[in-house]
Amino acid sequence: MWTLLKIELFKIFRRPRTYIAFAAIAAIIILIQLAFYSDGESFLQFGMQSLKDSFDINGKILSGYLVCFIILQTLLIHVPLLIALVAGDSIAGEANMGTLRLLLTKPVSRAQFMLAKFFATLIYTFLLLLFMSVLSLPVSISVFGTSDLIIMKSEMIVILDRHDILWRYFAAFGFAAIAMTTVASLAFLLSVFAENSIGPIVTTMSIVILFTILTTMDIPLFNALKPFLFTNHMLNWKGFFEEPVNYYGIFKSGLVLLGHILFFVSLAIFIFKRKDILS
Amino acid sequence: MKHKGVVLFFLFVPFFLFAQNETELIKKIKSKLDQVNDYQASGMLKIDVSFIKAPNSVIKVYYKKPDKFTIKKEGGISILPKGGFGANLNSIFITDKYTIVPAGETTLNNVKVKIIKLLPLEENSNVVITTLYIDEKELLVKKSVITTKENGTYQIELAYGKYSNWGLPDTVVFVFNIKEYKLPKGVTVEYESGDKKSKINPDENKKGKVEISYSNYIINKGIPDSFFGK
Repeated sequence: MWTLLKIELFKIFRRPRTYIAFAAIAAIIILIQLAFYSDGESFLQFGMQSLKDSFDINGKILSGYLVCFIILQTLLIHVPLLIALVAGDSIAGEANMGTLRLLLTKPVSRAQFMLAKFFATLIYTFLLLLFMSVLSLPVSISVFGTSDLIIMKSEMIVILDRHDILWRYFAAFGFAAIAMTTVASLAFLLSVFAENSIGPIVTTMSIVILFTILTTMDIPLFNALKPFLFTNHMLNWKGFFEEPVNYYGIFKSGLVLLGHILFFVSLAIFIFKRKDILS
Repeated sequence: MKHKGVVLFFLFVPFFLFAQNETELIKKIKSKLDQVNDYQASGMLKIDVSFIKAPNSVIKVYYKKPDKFTIKKEGGISILPKGGFGANLNSIFITDKYTIVPAGETTLNNVKVKIIKLLPLEENSNVVITTLYIDEKELLVKKSVITTKENGTYQIELAYGKYSNWGLPDTVVFVFNIKEYKLPKGVTVEYESGDKKSKINPDENKKGKVEISYSNYIINKGIPDSFFGK
């Protein structure tokens, strides 16, 4: 199994496509950091205008913690699309190149083969998140320093003590790993049905975009659907930045996402085991 | 005509006599507060505003005559209602251009207090009226209600302890009017529709409260002006 995994990882990290996601994430994060470095104060002044009408705010508002939060808020909705690039390619890419049948002639079970593929995708997903977390948190802290974190929501302001923030980021990245794995496992499942990787990648992106739009729209008909949309639960990493933390909501969303992962991967293996491999 | 003059005399003399008493009282309080040229104090800031969730903060409070006042939280953010000068009693007596009007007596926390209203004489004054509840025996302002043109009405309740000789409170509770807070989701980059349970009842969204509990004062040791910023 370990050998299989190493081979799969080698295949993933040999492809230039893999690094598109890393480059895109680095570009977005660095651009956001640059923008805040040059003009962050005026952006924040604009955001806090209605608060400043009634309150005097003293202290350092623009901190590494705030920049990291803004980056996560902006990026975590788009990273699934980058993950689909690799996860959607995992089986369909082999089928497209005509290597799938050849691979299955080796003395490994189809389940083992699928699990090795899935774990390799999982490692890629975690590395992408790790890369994103290093760029967005330690780098932002080293540039902007630390302070209390002020989170402006549409109807609420949450201020978190600077000594009570770091653990929330670790927890949020942990939750984001589960959320991203859900997308990876969906793309992985769709990859089983296709003969080339474009199909599962685009289908995964379409599902994520559609579900995200439904999650965003505050229309009663869609509100009834929301508990069943995994994209709705993916946003619950923000629960760690509530005061008090809504552990029940986070735990429930975590379980829903883990259920999705289990379902998608099991279904992918089930279908693949019965599939007539012709390519 | 003669009789009318006598009646008026007897009607207004008590008022002038009372007003003179109140003026003396205000003078005494002012001179008590005037002992303090500057102070710094450690404190605990508690914010109770319907749309703000903030932890209790350890803060430092700095004051310098006549009206320099700032609150700082080391390495963090402190938030105070606009016109936070109200948390500092000395600011009420910066000017003596006001008319003193006695308004009777009442009881606050089982202590008999005098009610005195201060009406500013300057037309462009932001303060419309200040009502003080004064413990005459201790020469302490126990409560004040300040109505301003720009920021509505504040209520300040003060509790005193070992710094009462300086007229400095141990606890200040500052109640103020708040405006509705709302930001477009495009600005806050919120994708989720929000937790319905956490939405604010508009009826609760009218008053805010800030409480500062002072733990110790360092009085008249000198604080440079630069410390207060612009």
